[in-house]
This record gives sequence, structure tokens and C-alpha cells, in this order.
Amino acid sequence: MPEHQSHSYCLKAPPPASRIEEEMYKGQSGMWSWLFHRISGLGILLFLFIHIVDVSMLSFGPGVYNQSVVLFDYVVVRLLSLALVIAVLYHTFNGIRIMAIDFWRKGSRYQRAMFGIVLAATIIVFIPMAYYIMGPAFQWLTQAPHAATTGH
Amino acid sequence: MLRISSGRGPRPMSGGFETFSWYYFRISGAALVFLVIAHLIIMHVSNDVSCTTYAFVASRYSNIFWRVFDWLLLTLALTHGMNGLRITIDDYVRSASARMWLMSISALLLVIFFMLGTLTLVTFQPVVSAIGPQCLPK
Repeated sequence: MPEHQSHSYCLKAPPPASRIEEEMYKGQSGMWSWLFHRISGLGILLFLFIHIVDVSMLSFGPGVYNQSVVLFDYVVVRLLSLALVIAVLYHTFNGIRIMAIDFWRKGSRYQRAMFGIVLAATIIVFIPMAYYIMGPAFQWLTQAPHAATTGH
Repeated sequence: MLRISSGRGPRPMSGGFETFSWYYFRISGAALVFLVIAHLIIMHVSNDVSCTTYAFVASRYSNIFWRVFDWLLLTLALTHGMNGLRITIDDYVRSASARMWLMSISALLLVIFFMLGTLTLVTFQPVVSAIGPQCLPK
């Protein structure tokens, strides 16, 4: 919350309603960073449930497990992976921002600038990752003669 | 309630479970930054998902390091995420009985998924004779 805003509130003596809004940071960057953090977190948790189940197919041998890997090779599921990656990146960078606000003395002063950095970092890291994830799905287009990836 | 501090009184000092939860989010989150980013790069950049087959897991899990790595990832991500779900339920569900039910279901889900994940990690023994392909056939 910028300093000059609270000053103008003091001078005009606002009604209590706007104070509540200020506390809830409704409509400001703080609201959006909080909302995205919550939604991305719940989305990642939902994926984690699915992921624990698909990994548990290991217990049924190579045939069954590789069937669950086939699922992740579908173009639609690759697109869903992109949504997961963007959620993870945002949640990670905004988590670092939250820790900076809580543990760095000047953190709350720069919280808004840091939100801009969080969004920029999310997009900048997302683009190359999206290229790697979607690349194998477009092999038919590029007609690359080599295999999709190397082994581990 | 999960909220971003104003800088005037950032850390909860009262003690008890909510203070533990507040610190746990930050400590597990800091560890997860490294674990999750490494996991994403290994599974989506240096390998493609179509090559994360049974054979891939078998060679990966022959080294105990990756089992410990994945177990830490499982435990920290699941507890961090379920604590987030607990706080979300706390924020939106008003009725006492609905809260009780949802919290109980959450606790049960936490135990079930933690045990399923741990069992898979600990008991995995590759069938060497029929290990399958390195990558999915195109």
C-alpha cells in the first residue's frame, strides 16, 4: 500500500467501508497476487493427487506403468502440463515474494514492484519450458529425423 | 487466515499450531523451490515425458538418492498443499458440521496419499527380465 494513499485517506476522513477495503486490499495488486497464489496452489494440489496415483502404477509392472505414461504424451495432456508449469512457476516466484515481504526489512515497501518481477519471471521462464514440453508434439510438423529426446 | 503482512507486525508470535503452520509454509516452500524446479527440469526439459517410462524409473531408482529426493518432494509438497487446503476450508466454510467433515476428509486424504506415495517409493523393485522400452514407441 503506497504511503501517499494512506495520507489522503487521513485528510479526507473516509467512511469505514473504504478502510475495510484497504485492509482487504480489494482490487489492488495485493488482491490479485493473493488470489493467483491460492488458485495456483489448489490446482497444483489437485495435480499432486493425480500424480501420486499415476506413479503408484509402478507397482503393477512395466505394462501398466507405461500405459499411464502414454496418457502424458497426448497433446491435450501436454497442454494441461503447460497450465501446471505456469501455476508452479507463479506459485514459486510469488512464494519467494511472500518470504521477502515477511523476512526482508524493506520487503513490504517493494511488494508491488516485486509482484511485477514475479509476473515477468513467470512468463520469461515459462516460454522456454513450453517450447520443450510442446516440441515433441509437433515433430510431425518439423519432420525431425532424430528422436524426440535423449535418454536420461 | 493466510495474509500478506503489512510490515508492521508480520510474524505471528502467539505460538501454537497456527504459528507452526505459518513457519512451516515458508520453510517447506523454500525447500520446495529447489526440489520442484529440479524435478520439472529433469522430467520436462532434459527428458521428455514420453521417455519417463518404467525403464527410466528403474535406472533412476537404482540410486537411493532419487528415492530420498522424491520422498522429500512427496512429503513436503503434500503437507504444504494440504495445509493450504486446510486454510482455504477455514476461510470459506462457515457451518461447523461442514468444516468438521471437510477437515476430516482432508486429513484422511493426506494419510492415504502419503502412504500410497511412500509405499510406491519404498517397495519399487524393477522386474529386470521385462523392463520395457526406454521411450514410448511413436
